[in-house]
Amino acid sequence: MTFDVINEETAIDVRGVGKSFSNGDQSTLVLRGVDFSVRRGEVMFIVGPSGCGKTTLLSILCGTLRADHGEVHALGMPLHAIPQPEVTQFRSKNVGFIFQQFNLLPTLTAAENVAVPLLIQGVPLAEAVKRASRMLASVGISEKSGERPNRLSGGQQQRVAIARALVHEPPIVVCDEPTSALDSASGHQIMKLLSEVARDASRSVIVVSHDPRIYGYADRIAEMEDGRILRVGESRHHVLN
Amino acid sequence: MYEIGLRMLFGERAKYAMLVSGVCFATILMTQGLALFFGILGFSYATATNIRAPIWVVDPMVQQVGDNQPLRDTDVDRVRSVPGVAWAAPLFVGGAQAKLLGGGATQPVTLIGLDTSTLAGAPTRIIKGDILDLRTGQGVIVDARFIEMMQQTRGERLAVGDVFEMNDRRAQIVGIASVAQGMGGATYVFTTFDRAKDYVPSQRKMMTHVLVAASEGVAVPPVLAAIKAQTGLQALTEAQFKRMSANWMLRNSPIPYVVGLIVGIGFVIGLGVSGQTFYTFVLENSRHLGALKAMGASDLKITLMIVTQAAIVGFVGFGIGVGVMSLFFSILPEGRAPLILLWQIPLIVFAAITLICMAAAVVSVWRVSKIEPAIVFRG
Repeated sequence: MTFDVINEETAIDVRGVGKSFSNGDQSTLVLRGVDFSVRRGEVMFIVGPSGCGKTTLLSILCGTLRADHGEVHALGMPLHAIPQPEVTQFRSKNVGFIFQQFNLLPTLTAAENVAVPLLIQGVPLAEAVKRASRMLASVGISEKSGERPNRLSGGQQQRVAIARALVHEPPIVVCDEPTSALDSASGHQIMKLLSEVARDASRSVIVVSHDPRIYGYADRIAEMEDGRILRVGESRHHVLN
Repeated sequence: MYEIGLRMLFGERAKYAMLVSGVCFATILMTQGLALFFGILGFSYATATNIRAPIWVVDPMVQQVGDNQPLRDTDVDRVRSVPGVAWAAPLFVGGAQAKLLGGGATQPVTLIGLDTSTLAGAPTRIIKGDILDLRTGQGVIVDARFIEMMQQTRGERLAVGDVFEMNDRRAQIVGIASVAQGMGGATYVFTTFDRAKDYVPSQRKMMTHVLVAASEGVAVPPVLAAIKAQTGLQALTEAQFKRMSANWMLRNSPIPYVVGLIVGIGFVIGLGVSGQTFYTFVLENSRHLGALKAMGASDLKITLMIVTQAAIVGFVGFGIGVGVMSLFFSILPEGRAPLILLWQIPLIVFAAITLICMAAAVVSVWRVSKIEPAIVFRG
C-alpha cells in the first residue's frame, strides 16, 4: 500500500475514511479507514469485487456522500469539513461525472444534455449549447447533437455522457462502471476515447470498474476488498495478472 | 436550470397533459361552482336588479328582496318630506296568476306596480313597445320569458297587442322587456301602481316599497340615516339591499353547502389528480434529479425548477379551464342559467389553483430534498 502526502501533485487525498450504512437496527460497515490518493494527470482505477465499497469510496471522494469519519481533501478543499452548499458548488465547477447508466435526461437532446453542467453554473442556454456542440464534435458524434438519448446506441449515449463530463473542463472526472452497460468493442472504444479526451496534465480521472478488460487504460489501480484498499499498483501488473 | 425543468416537463407529453388536465378540470369545477353560487344569489335578488332605484325603503322587518311586507300609503309622503330626498315613488311587488284567454295553463308571475305618474323603476331594456303605453287602458309590459312560457301552452307566440288574463282581469301586452330571471321561475309583469291594485285581491295596505333618489349633490348615507330616523323604516341602497338578501340566502338556504361541495370537490380533484401526478412525475425523475444534484445543482436551484414546473402547469391548466368556462358561458342563453362569471371568480379560482400547485411543489421539493446525489452511483 502506498501513501501520498498532500502536495501540488495530489488531486485527491483520503485519510482514515470510514462509512457505514444503517438499515433499521442493522448497520453495515462499508469503508474501514481508507487511505488513498489520486495524482493530478493520472487515470486511477478502483477495482474490486461487488460490495467491496468502491462506489461508496468514489461517492465520498467526489463529494456526493459524506464520510462518517476521516478526511477528504480534493484540490486542496477539505470536503469533510466544509458546509454542504460549498461541497455542491465545488462539484459543479471541479467534477465531471460519467455514470454507469449514463443518466442522460430523456427529454433533452444530446447537446442539451451535454450543456447541463454549464447551465447549472449559470451559463446562458444558447452559449451552453454552442459549447456543448463543440464538445460533442470532439467525441465524434456532432451529427447526433439534436437527437434525444432514446435515439442513440449505448456507445453513443456514453459518448454524450463523456462530453457532458468534460464540457466545463473539470480537473476531476469520476466514472462509475463506464463500460458495464456496453459490449466489449464499445467498451474499448469508450475507454480509448476517454483516455484521449480526458487525459490532461492537470486532470485526474478516477474510474470504478470490475471489468478487467479495460484495466490497461489505467495509470494506477487501487484494489479494494471488504472496505479496505488492499494495494495500489501500476496497471500493467493487473493487466499481466 | 429553468430550461432543463421546462424541457423535462414538456418532454413527457402524456404526464404533462395529465397534469394540465387535472388543473383544468379543477378550474372548471370551481369556476362553475362559484358562478352557480353568484348566479343563484343573483336570482334571489332579481327584483332589485329589474327595478332600478338608488334607494329602497322597506319595512324594518324585511330581510331579503323577496320579502314584500306592506307599508302604509302615507309612508311615501313621509319619505318625501325627509331632507335630501329628491323624489320618492310607491311600488307594489306581489304575486299573480296569468292565464290565456279561453283557458289553458296558468303561469305564476311577479306583478310589479310602478308609480303611475313617474313610472319610476321601469325596466330599462324594452325589446318591443313603449314604456309610456303602460298608462293606456289595460296595458302591461311582460318579460321575454313570459312570452316563451305562454307559447308552450298556446303553441304560438304572444305579441304586443295580445290580451291575457291576470287574476281573472284582462291585461293587454303593450311591450316586452328583457329582465333578470328570479327564483322559482316566475316571470315579471309590469303595470302601474293603480292598476296593480285591480289585479290583486284588495288589501288594506298595498304599497310594498318606496323607491327613492337623493337630491343632486347630497351624499346618500346621511339620507339613508335621515329616512330611518324620521320614518322608522329601513332605507338601503340597491347594493345594500342585494347584499342583505344574499346574506339571508347564505344563512337560511342550503345553497352554500351545495356550492361549497362543488367547489370543494373541484379543489380536492385538483389537489388529488394534479398533486399526485406531479409528485409521481418528480418521483419518477428522482434519478435524473439526483444526477443534477451530483453535478452540482443546489437544492435551491432544483426547488426553483420544480416550483417553475408547478407554476407552468398551474398557469396553463387554469388558462385553459377559464377559457373553456368563458366559452361555455358565452354560448348560454343570457340570464337563463343561474351562472354569473364575476371578475372576482377567476381570481378566487386562481388563488385556489396556486395553492394546489404550490402544495404539489412543496411535497415534491420535500421528496427531492431527501434524494442523495450519490443515488446516481447505485446500479
